[in-house]
Amino acid sequence: MKVTIDIDKCIGAGQCVLSAPDVFDQRDEDGLVVLINPTPSAGQAADVKHAAALCPAQAIIVED
Amino acid sequence: MTDTPTIPARATASGFPDYPMPRAARCPLDPAPGLRELQVEVPITKVRWWDGSTPWLITGYADHRALLADPRISADSTHPSHPPRAAGMREGHQKHGRPFIRMDDPEHARLRRTVTAPFSIKRAEALRPAVQKMVDGLIDDLLAGPKPVDLVEAFALALPSLVICEVLGVPYADRGLFHESSRLFVDRDADPQQAAEADQRLLGYLDRLIDEKLASPGDDLMSEVAARIEAGELSREEARRVAQLLLLAGHDTTGNMIALGTLALLQHPDQLAIVRETDDPAVIARAVEELLRYLSIVHVGHPRAALEDIEIGGHVIRAGDGLLLPAETANRDPAVFAEPDRLDITRDARGHVAFAFGPHQCLGQNLARVELQVVYSTLYRRIPTLRLATSLDQIPFKHDGLVYGVHKLPVTW
Repeated sequence: MKVTIDIDKCIGAGQCVLSAPDVFDQRDEDGLVVLINPTPSAGQAADVKHAAALCPAQAIIVED
Repeated sequence: MTDTPTIPARATASGFPDYPMPRAARCPLDPAPGLRELQVEVPITKVRWWDGSTPWLITGYADHRALLADPRISADSTHPSHPPRAAGMREGHQKHGRPFIRMDDPEHARLRRTVTAPFSIKRAEALRPAVQKMVDGLIDDLLAGPKPVDLVEAFALALPSLVICEVLGVPYADRGLFHESSRLFVDRDADPQQAAEADQRLLGYLDRLIDEKLASPGDDLMSEVAARIEAGELSREEARRVAQLLLLAGHDTTGNMIALGTLALLQHPDQLAIVRETDDPAVIARAVEELLRYLSIVHVGHPRAALEDIEIGGHVIRAGDGLLLPAETANRDPAVFAEPDRLDITRDARGHVAFAFGPHQCLGQNLARVELQVVYSTLYRRIPTLRLATSLDQIPFKHDGLVYGVHKLPVTW
């Protein structure tokens, strides 16, 4: 699984951090997304897909 | 809860159903029966708004999310087709400015990003111990005071006021001023003149507060906003509007979730028992999401305007059409939530749109989550015999407000 983010779309809602805290974080200075792990394991896949579905700004792109 | 629809869903004099519609008196926690009827029969339809305009009403979950995230849809309240929530709103916003929730990108993004950091998960979590202390203090006062007591005044509204004052660095003693503005902010029937005067009073107060924070900055959000003026990132006018939004937006909403959530749990003793008896933060977190979904307190549709023609669900929404997108029907869509009218705090309700969707999704949602999680995990545990001090039909609901809730909730124990 490969994850990319579109930082220009991000609104810092934090839904991704709630869903997959091992893959996403928020920058201290503006709360926007930080991708900790662009290639999550199979065990993390469900949480990452959930994060992408919940993202209100649709800023997370997931490729299998 | 179900009830026989008493309000005809279609066919009014104008040919369009009036919106909003009244809820059934016996099912005050469910959306209006007429609205549910529309959702089943004509999920995308035009309705008659209070000012006589006929915006589209979008009731389904998938359409709701797709349109709120669509850049061809505008949240600009000065747009001539944006359905105004109250008389004089469009003119007021044109003349005196508006909060960034009523703007589109790139202006919206520029302003929102100046205040996203303080509402991150980490910063909200860091406030949890302070919120716990406030909740415990308010419950100490409840237990030491007379009963029955109005839970709204003594607890539900008091907590978000304390929290927002702490976060912003606003003196709690000044809360009367923003309570007044907050009330007018969500009252659809507010006199435009009165609302404008309250608006100016609050902006004047915030101006003085910004001066104070510039002179002696503290470790609070108002000082951060003031610093943005000095850094040239915000104009004074923008800073006042940002501060005003932060002060008002998290206040009435959270208060209504606390009071209405308590009422919903008291009406569902089996669900209340799970919340009261668990030690597991994950169970509480799930309960919060389900209550957000089930109650959908920001119940009147989000107002928007179409900037281009948009095809959706077999309809063409034309450029220049107004739209209303209610969370309360999206969150009760059976295609997404099985048995949507059942409160089930064990379900995974995280996909709800109670905080809206798209670029305008609630900025303060993570702080709201922390507040609600602390309240729900503490209040019923510390007052296990908490119960209504009146019957359901005697409770005054906020039928006319933009944010749903109860005016009073008399409780005893």
